[in-house]
Amino acid sequence: MTVITDELRKAIGSELASFEFEVSRSDLKKYAVATGQTRQCYLDGDVAPLLYMFGVTMPIVPLDQLLPDGRQPDGPLVPDLPLKRIVAGGIEYQVHRRVRAGDVLVCSQRLADLYEKTGSQGPLIFLVFENLFRTRDGEPVITERQTRIAR
Amino acid sequence: MTVCRPSVGEALAAKRFQAGTVQLFLYNAAIWNPHRIHFDLPYAQQEEGHPQLLVDGPLQGDWLTQVVEDWAGDEGEIIRFSYSNRRSAYVGEVLTSSASVSAVTDDSATISLQLSNERGEVTTTATAVVQFCSANICSANKSRRNT
Repeated sequence: MTVITDELRKAIGSELASFEFEVSRSDLKKYAVATGQTRQCYLDGDVAPLLYMFGVTMPIVPLDQLLPDGRQPDGPLVPDLPLKRIVAGGIEYQVHRRVRAGDVLVCSQRLADLYEKTGSQGPLIFLVFENLFRTRDGEPVITERQTRIAR
Repeated sequence: MTVCRPSVGEALAAKRFQAGTVQLFLYNAAIWNPHRIHFDLPYAQQEEGHPQLLVDGPLQGDWLTQVVEDWAGDEGEIIRFSYSNRRSAYVGEVLTSSASVSAVTDDSATISLQLSNERGEVTTTATAVVQFCSANICSANKSRRNT
């Protein structure tokens, strides 16, 4: 039995409007301390540790819009699924070049894939979100693919 | 030119990580993560059934990149990295890395990594590809072996 309908499949390829941001040295220094980095280029905020990019796409919403468990509501890229409990499933990064303080990057987000598998306790839906970070000139910098699993 | 490549099976130095409540707070502030399982102990215990505050999955991913970068030194850079969290990790737990070279090419090495808790249970697995500047592979090997 399949849980992904043709209607759901149409969500594959959905995109959000891209957004631009500047990589702040202060944010990089805070991240370096919080993760226990030891390299001076990170502690000085010159270069972004790779996993710094994870936080860049965290939604910033008003306090009264946060869910009872504290989380931000799912964004518009998450379709209405027949399975409601969504957990993290891992992240892949492809590095085209390092991110540095002062870089101005453009982030494009899309639902890259949606597929199902059968787990020991029933069906699982895998959602793959792709975040592509580029320069204003279109040069790719980092590709991030986040998998989330609905069960 | 003779290139000294890392060997398949070469082990990377193990690292120990232990997040306390202050580090967990700072990390979640830095990534703008308001999920209460990381800072609200009564909520984590009573509503979600966890014994302690949870260590973020991406923080463990970051720690594993540090294992790779300590090994590669200044001679190599991570060009690909993927990780997957396998079970919950909790504040105060000591997580220890184990990692080894699983494949090599003329100018790159693939590293397989994992973090395990004090009971030997794997919390996170990862794979990294490190690209070396060919001319620097020998010196990278030397610096790795001197540490």
